Amino acid sequence: MAKKSVLGLYTEEDSAADALDNLRDAGFEEGEYELLTGTPYPEGTFGEAEPEHHLFRWPLIGAACGFTGGLIITAGTQMAYPLITGGKPILSIPPMAIIMYEGTMLGAIIFTIIGILFESRLPRLFMGAYSEKITEGHIGVTVTTEEGRTEVAEEALKKAGVEGEIIRGWE
Amino acid sequence: MQEHTQLSQKQINDELLRDVLTVPKWWLPAVVGLGIVVATGLGAFSYMVYHGVGVTGLNRPVFWGFFIANFVFWIGISHAGIMISAILRLTQAEWRRPVTRAAEVMTVFSLIAALHTPLFHVGRPWRVLYWIFPYDFDRGIWPNIRSPFVWDPSAVGTYLIASSLFVFVCLLPDIAILRDRAKGLFVKRIYAFLCLGFRGTPRQWRLQTIAGILLSALVLPVFVSVHSIVSWDFAVLIGVEGWHSTIFAPYFIIGAIHSGVSAVAMLMALAVWLYKLDNYIKPDHFDAIARLLIVVATTWFFFFFLEWVYALYTLDSPEIALRELQAFEWPYGPLFAIFVILSFVIPVPMWLFKRFRRSAKIMFWTTILVNIGMWLERFLIVIPGLVRRTHMTFDWGTYHPSLVEILIVVETFAFVALGMLLFAKVLPLIPLFDVKEGVVFRHVIKVGRKTVPASIREGLPHHYYDKNH
Repeated sequence: MAKKSVLGLYTEEDSAADALDNLRDAGFEEGEYELLTGTPYPEGTFGEAEPEHHLFRWPLIGAACGFTGGLIITAGTQMAYPLITGGKPILSIPPMAIIMYEGTMLGAIIFTIIGILFESRLPRLFMGAYSEKITEGHIGVTVTTEEGRTEVAEEALKKAGVEGEIIRGWE
Repeated sequence: MQEHTQLSQKQINDELLRDVLTVPKWWLPAVVGLGIVVATGLGAFSYMVYHGVGVTGLNRPVFWGFFIANFVFWIGISHAGIMISAILRLTQAEWRRPVTRAAEVMTVFSLIAALHTPLFHVGRPWRVLYWIFPYDFDRGIWPNIRSPFVWDPSAVGTYLIASSLFVFVCLLPDIAILRDRAKGLFVKRIYAFLCLGFRGTPRQWRLQTIAGILLSALVLPVFVSVHSIVSWDFAVLIGVEGWHSTIFAPYFIIGAIHSGVSAVAMLMALAVWLYKLDNYIKPDHFDAIARLLIVVATTWFFFFFLEWVYALYTLDSPEIALRELQAFEWPYGPLFAIFVILSFVIPVPMWLFKRFRRSAKIMFWTTILVNIGMWLERFLIVIPGLVRRTHMTFDWGTYHPSLVEILIVVETFAFVALGMLLFAKVLPLIPLFDVKEGVVFRHVIKVGRKTVPASIREGLPHHYYDKNH
């Protein structure tokens, strides 16, 4: 069943926090409602739950992949055409370490970027109910739920003193 | 950072996107002018490709000239961009907010400019493919990883990819603002595509904050490695006096920071002048960066002094002869004096005075002087060393840059300026969300009878306050 989203806009932080309280009281669960702001606020300003993420695993995985890639390139290319120079070992460790280090860092950074996008739930194809006023300082509270429950959500949003009309959209 | 103007989010959007969504009068002539200089440089490069590297002033024994000096210079400029952004983010310095984006973008364009010159220097740039693939497919001979010229592209490539991705991730919230404010449907769609559907949920803001700090922590070690590796292009050579020195890596890094932080200060002054951003970049910002510059410049001067002490302490006659050439003989002697005066003797004493530190005009001109001086420093490292490379009289030589080299070097400067102007036309040079966050996090508190500004530290999770307060 397609979900529908509704959005209420607020100018005051307290009203947006009240809207979240009303939604909880009306039986909506975390994940069904979201805050939308044009700027970061100190966490917990609106009484919202602390977002959980596993971003710190991503650079470690990336670093491991980058290190392996660096090792394969450096050791592999030297062993592909093993030419002994001056009686020294085929694998020259100091230059290998330099390229492996760069590979490790590159892997860590690329995976961190992928992790940031993944954990931020981006890219997002459909915007749902959204207003351009959010990036001008309004605080949005959006609820995504089954069509039958949108009226309850709208009521909860209005009770907190929503500014203007409720905005509706499809998820 | 005490000095600020309290602005609404709408006002911040209006002021910082004014020059993105409209075309300032000076913009088009500036872009055309710089475009002509870039085209001329590329024309000179085409001429060089057609006629060969013989059209440059490079000849035995000086095979590294303007191109390589310019490469080291731009790598240096690129460093402070991310360095300043990363360190200020990690230390949560409030004055970083309007500065970081321009510094990061400058890093990206400077790196591309830096990559220009060694590619042009090799004469046949398409052969750079041999750095990646076997240059003899039949026998599978791969590039020699023991050569610093393979370390260089791996380090610079890593840095370019890392800094471009860093800039992109930090841009997402601002592209979302542009999506909401752009007029034409086509332009709106492009911004909507680029911002990946960013909406500003608490999760997205939390990850933005962590991204800034985590990526800064990851990019800083890359930053240190890149200029170390560039210095090893010189330092691992045992045959050139003046180059084979263990101090080169830290000396190059601190030199890069000196010229790069100066370039950021110059950029801040330009932003105030061209884009009328006085509400965001205040005299306090110039004061803060000038204080940083005093520390950086003095440390750089210490390393410069040490480099000379290490060289002279050996009493090795070729080394002393090289130093005589660098400091006292024509034409390098006068250039050496100019370099020391411009990069330290004039600017640093001036920055000791608060009146000068707080002046955008003084900061602009002194930082320009620093960068002229630092370009000369790279020139004086690269060329005199090679001039004295051999002791056989028939191999002694000197170096005169040709017009082709001069045009290509000028092209790199125009390229960076043009890149910054084009970027500022489509994306904001000051991070809007960061400035807005500063406004939201800034409060006024009363301590006794005095009312003072106070800032909340961003990025602290709930449990920090629960545990500590």
